[in-house]
Amino acid sequence: MTNPGSQAELVRRSLKRRYRKERRFRFYGITAIAIALFSLVILFTDIISKGYTGFIKTTVTLEVHLDGDLMYLNDATDPEQIAMADFQAPIIKALQGYFPQATSRADKREFSRMTGSYASNQVRDLLKENPDWLGSTRTIEFPAHDTVSVYVKHAGDPGYSIRLTEQQQRWTDELLRKGVIDTGFNDVFFTSGDSREPSNAGILGALIGSLLTMGITLVIAFPVGVAAAIYLEEFAPSNRLTDFIEVNINNLAAVPSIIFGLLGLAVFIGVFGMPRSVPVVGGLVLALMTLPTIIISSRAAIKSVPPSIREAAEGIGASKMQVVLHHVLPLAMPGMLTGSIIGMAQALGETAPLLLIGMVAFIVEIPDGFFSSATVLPVQIFIWAGSAEQGFVELASAGIMVLLAFLITMNAFAIWLRKRLERRW
Amino acid sequence: MQTADLLPLVLVLAAVAYGFAYMRSRAVAAPLGGIRNLKALPVYYAARAALWCAIPALIILGAWAAFEGKVIQDMVMASLPPELAPQSEGRASLTLSQISNLAAGKLDPAMVPDGISGAAALLQELREQSSHFKTLLVVLIAVLGGTFAWTRVAPHINARKSVERTLQRLFFVCAAVAILTTIGIVFSVIFETVRFFGKVPMSEFLFGTSWSPQTALRADQIGSEGAFGIIPLFTGTLMISAIALLIAVPVGLLSAVYLSEYASRPVRAVVKPLLEMLAGVPTVVYGFFAALTVAPFIRDLALMLGLEASSQSALAAGLVMGIMIIPFVSSLSDDVINAVPRTLRDGSLALGATQSETMKNVIFPAALPGIMGGILLAASRAIGETMIVVMAAGLAANLTANPLDSVTTVTVQIVTLLTGDQEFDSAKTLAAFALGMMLFIVTLLLNVIALKVVRKYREQYD
Repeated sequence: MTNPGSQAELVRRSLKRRYRKERRFRFYGITAIAIALFSLVILFTDIISKGYTGFIKTTVTLEVHLDGDLMYLNDATDPEQIAMADFQAPIIKALQGYFPQATSRADKREFSRMTGSYASNQVRDLLKENPDWLGSTRTIEFPAHDTVSVYVKHAGDPGYSIRLTEQQQRWTDELLRKGVIDTGFNDVFFTSGDSREPSNAGILGALIGSLLTMGITLVIAFPVGVAAAIYLEEFAPSNRLTDFIEVNINNLAAVPSIIFGLLGLAVFIGVFGMPRSVPVVGGLVLALMTLPTIIISSRAAIKSVPPSIREAAEGIGASKMQVVLHHVLPLAMPGMLTGSIIGMAQALGETAPLLLIGMVAFIVEIPDGFFSSATVLPVQIFIWAGSAEQGFVELASAGIMVLLAFLITMNAFAIWLRKRLERRW
Repeated sequence: MQTADLLPLVLVLAAVAYGFAYMRSRAVAAPLGGIRNLKALPVYYAARAALWCAIPALIILGAWAAFEGKVIQDMVMASLPPELAPQSEGRASLTLSQISNLAAGKLDPAMVPDGISGAAALLQELREQSSHFKTLLVVLIAVLGGTFAWTRVAPHINARKSVERTLQRLFFVCAAVAILTTIGIVFSVIFETVRFFGKVPMSEFLFGTSWSPQTALRADQIGSEGAFGIIPLFTGTLMISAIALLIAVPVGLLSAVYLSEYASRPVRAVVKPLLEMLAGVPTVVYGFFAALTVAPFIRDLALMLGLEASSQSALAAGLVMGIMIIPFVSSLSDDVINAVPRTLRDGSLALGATQSETMKNVIFPAALPGIMGGILLAASRAIGETMIVVMAAGLAANLTANPLDSVTTVTVQIVTLLTGDQEFDSAKTLAAFALGMMLFIVTLLLNVIALKVVRKYREQYD
């Protein structure tokens, strides 16, 4: 019936090609999404597979005979003797008990590298606390040396190199069999600050630092952001100044975060003479950085309150400020809170500006106030990721998991809050 | 008292003022026949008293706390005997930390010269005095302000009006913080940049092709003259950003198209939040991923193909940065595509075009300005991104076009110049601020252009 030269026939003939194109286009779209999701999966599996061992610690539990003669110590309350005493000796002796044939000087050196570098300090501190332990035999749990820990956790993993001697490997195997060397949940990681030794390093210091910094950020950014949003939405006259404020807010939202670090360095530290690496300065810088986010989301929340509410309140004689404070603000609050939590989550993950204001210092003590030197979670991850010892890599991954857990919780809370409290008009 | 303790004290005083003014307003109203004879509700008299009490005191407290440290520092440094007075700013900060450590008892007085321990004693004394005066002044002003407002509780005064006016002004000040921040940013980079150009000519900075800021500490050392040519940094930044955009733009755009045109509702409900998760991952995590997983992988892959690759290749940093900005591109293009009016799409489909033809020939051209704006925003983000490149890109400023080589970027150099041990006054640290200024200008320009483009386009259909 059809005329082979007609328009309809031409179209019909081209259909196959066009459908093929359609399918190809659709395939491109699916590929793009697959690439994005695949990267997400790779990212998470990489971090989890690298980091789960960070939550495992390797310990060496020894029956240590705290022999005074061995340590050159006859009075554990005398600070001078404590300063001079050799606390490594009883540990080596205890290890030697398992391998009586290893007595040479070289063997001793290898024994001393089975427990962590701070094992002797641990003995010293125990003796300082309990001077009457001198001469007795105690069961003490030491963190294993980084190299031993790597061997126990990662033997056979091509990503790690084993730096134990043949003899140490034999010893480790033997001690593992006897249960002297054991693995367990890494409580140290959650209860201590940074350390030069991976087995003694923990995330608590950075966690507290993050909490202090976020506290300052929240206390400044939330009220100021909400007040600014109220002004811009409700009171601002439409003039040049208001326009200028709006332009500024939009631009600040897109300024690279590192520039805020320069601002903190030059203004807060340079002009005002505030100390470096303290949560107050970090919190101020992050507050300025998150302010645009909070203002923008708060404005959206205020905008979504229907005008009928305002008109009804004005109709019964409320002043403009009363309308805002008694009616608009409470109704917009869930939206404001959601936006602020998301802004805070961004600030919690921010690293670059904090590097510039000196929060990248090596800090062992747990910070105890807004003016004590501190570091924060992401910076701690950065420090560990750049450390030479292999044990720090898994700690960095474990730290990332802790950080991500916080971020996911915050975002989930924001979503829950929005679902729970936000009204549809 | 310290600032941290004074703050709650002022708030307590304000609460007390609130209470007193509230009681007084009721007492004033009682003989008149109840509070309806007052010009304002008692809470407004009370709130006014609290504001009078807190605001002036807090302003004084803030100003004092802001400048106290600096003023005391300068006084202590001025008190140093001439032979101990530091020659350079680097020395000054060293001496200063010595003095403050001594004052804090962290340093043994026997270890330092007499002048320093004298200065430490002075520091301690000045700090105590300052703290005394601050406490006295702040409490005095708070009490005076509160009392003044308390005396002005009278039936004919409309306290509500003054409270509302004050609140409105407070709100304005909060909005003006945005302006202050911008001014702060501009000034903090501009001063140091001007000082930098006093040491290094601007033409050398802008057109020099070699970057090695390692100035020596002593002037007579070899290589004491650093080279400050920004070209290799710019090419490095551009290369990494270009790689990132090459990944992010097609992937982001196509996934946005698929999600808005083809995907069923449940698929979209799952995939969209997952994509947004990519945007929520902190940059330090991407940096870790780039440095410890992607970079070694690329190096091994290149070795297998017989290529020479650096372990800090531009490709690794660019790839991961691309992943990071995928959600950014996709959510921006999603907005733009959805803003194209339904009628255009329906018209095209009604004429018999397939979905992909509609997309390519009707919606894309209509959305193009918006998409370009989105790409510019993504580029500005890529240029300003710091952690990925700090962790995964190198430090050596190579002028190269090979993505397997190691390059460095503007942000990497800012971080390295400002985090190591350094003399604060050297051309090295000043250079960081000059780089910061370049970065600020470039990203600002990109943003302004992008926003203009997007806005212009939106107006077409509104």
